[in-house]
Amino acid sequence: MTATLERTQAAGTTRRRPHYTSTRTVVPWLVTIAGIVIALAMVLPMIWMAFTAFKPEADIVTFPPTLWPREFTLQHFIDVWNRIPFAHLYLNTIVFAGSVTVISLFFDSMAAYALARLEFRGRNLVLVLVLILLMLPFQVTLIPLYDMLNGLGLTNSIPGMIIPRVTNAFGIFFLRQFFLSLPKDLEEAARVDGASEWRIYWRVIMPLARPALLTLGLFHFQYNWNDLLWPLIMSSDLDNATLPAGLALFMGQHVVEYGLLMAGSLLALLPVVIFFLVIQRSFVAGIATTGFK
Amino acid sequence: MTTSTPVAAKPKFGRPRRSFLRGQRRTALTAWLFLAPSLIALTAFTVYPMIQAAYLSFTNYNLIRAAQWVGLSNYQELFRDPAFWNAFWNTVIYAVIVAPVTLVLALALAVFLDRGFRGRSFVRTSIFLPFIVSLGIIAIAWSFLLDPNIGLISYWLSSVGFVSQQGLLSDPAWALPTVMFVGVWKNVGFYMVIYLAGLQSIPTELHEAARLDGANVWQRFRTITLPLLSNQTMLVSVMALIASLQAFDQIYVMTHGGPFFRTETLVMLIYREGFQELRFGYGAAISWVLLIFVFLLSMIQYGLFQRRQVRY
Repeated sequence: MTATLERTQAAGTTRRRPHYTSTRTVVPWLVTIAGIVIALAMVLPMIWMAFTAFKPEADIVTFPPTLWPREFTLQHFIDVWNRIPFAHLYLNTIVFAGSVTVISLFFDSMAAYALARLEFRGRNLVLVLVLILLMLPFQVTLIPLYDMLNGLGLTNSIPGMIIPRVTNAFGIFFLRQFFLSLPKDLEEAARVDGASEWRIYWRVIMPLARPALLTLGLFHFQYNWNDLLWPLIMSSDLDNATLPAGLALFMGQHVVEYGLLMAGSLLALLPVVIFFLVIQRSFVAGIATTGFK
Repeated sequence: MTTSTPVAAKPKFGRPRRSFLRGQRRTALTAWLFLAPSLIALTAFTVYPMIQAAYLSFTNYNLIRAAQWVGLSNYQELFRDPAFWNAFWNTVIYAVIVAPVTLVLALALAVFLDRGFRGRSFVRTSIFLPFIVSLGIIAIAWSFLLDPNIGLISYWLSSVGFVSQQGLLSDPAWALPTVMFVGVWKNVGFYMVIYLAGLQSIPTELHEAARLDGANVWQRFRTITLPLLSNQTMLVSVMALIASLQAFDQIYVMTHGGPFFRTETLVMLIYREGFQELRFGYGAAISWVLLIFVFLLSMIQYGLFQRRQVRY
């Protein structure tokens, strides 16, 4: 029995082999090569930026331009600290993006908990408000917001930049969707034991929501770290700017300092890229399992 | 309904109805306390400014002079202003091309990555990476890459016979397509990841069954994959459209709206009128036009998808 089976299988494979071996080995390689070509095209600006940061200025302007540096130098990385208040920009960006992320995760999750887990009159109304605010372009708020913060003396300051971003309609909606998907058993058990809503939120729901909080945290962090328009409006000089606004302002004044700008850009992008590469697995899982369904 | 059943059943177990009511009221109080920080912040920093912008759009406020009611004159000026119509059509062209192109590319890349192959996670990460980095910063690298004198891409293009003397970004015909290209490049990876998550939730048996019935790759894609991804498609198209109507970062860095205002979008115009000319009233009027435009398009899109979802 087994012998016949093996034989038919063997016959089957030998008969088909000439066709299959060729496609089986060639097609996956073609797919891999195609994939790598796409990947390299996508990261070309980043790679070029990294190499150019190490090129002497003379090499950058030599014709024809090359990707790989003909000579290496660290001069631009030294210059960037002297020519631009780079440490200052860095600190501003960390404080801005960091505070917004932490505060917003906290407030977003509180609101999301109420909307997903508590029954009360007016809940749907609040939800509709959040959805409308999620959809409308925030640019419409820029002029009055600037005017308001200017009246309070908060323009051209980091707190002024942070305060309007302490909560986020997208964050509330995203976490609400995730909270809805969590099982109710643990929560009910805690409620029977007499735990307060605050305790349930903080001790039961928040630990369960870690993947969603991590995903949203990266969203908030990268969005604010990368944001250009808001810091550009709020800071009139380099001292109170964040990295994207500061580099854009510097580029506006000194357009031809290619190496310096690339060194600064590289250093500005690095934290978010590293942060992403470290948590990317749970980040992608977060997108797959949470609000984006 | 199901959640209210145990609550309604409670009085049966000898509990007085008063305490149930009090319990419900206490839950409501707790809920509002949980909502309070977000609601206060959203009201103060989003809802109120939006209404304030509507008010300012009927004034000639300019930061130095107190606001004076001017009625509809900002809007009348706006609809006669060639700069406004230029920015409006630039925004429409940008959105109408960038949103669908990004969506189709994202779907194609997701389908490509849905199969297992060597180096798959490297490819996925690379495609996603532009979404993570700052567009305002990476746009600096893009401008240098496209520079007619030192740019690597300009050099490569010229070696295949495509030469733009003043550089793509200073060429009135090519500046808008170029910033649109960068816009697609930036976001395609994000939408791809959303599609990938959707593809992975489609049961493989469906494809197996269709293959046994003799459906080819294209038929299977059209009749199984695409309909089952309609949730993702709706989400991606809404997000891509809203994002492309708000294009700003790479334009500010790469062209500053030029050459000859060829790349000035509505948000660029709001920035210029509001924060460079300091015409707050006029800027607020433009921003309200943008808001209404985005709102209407979202509603239309929502309606289209509602109708389509019934079909499947």
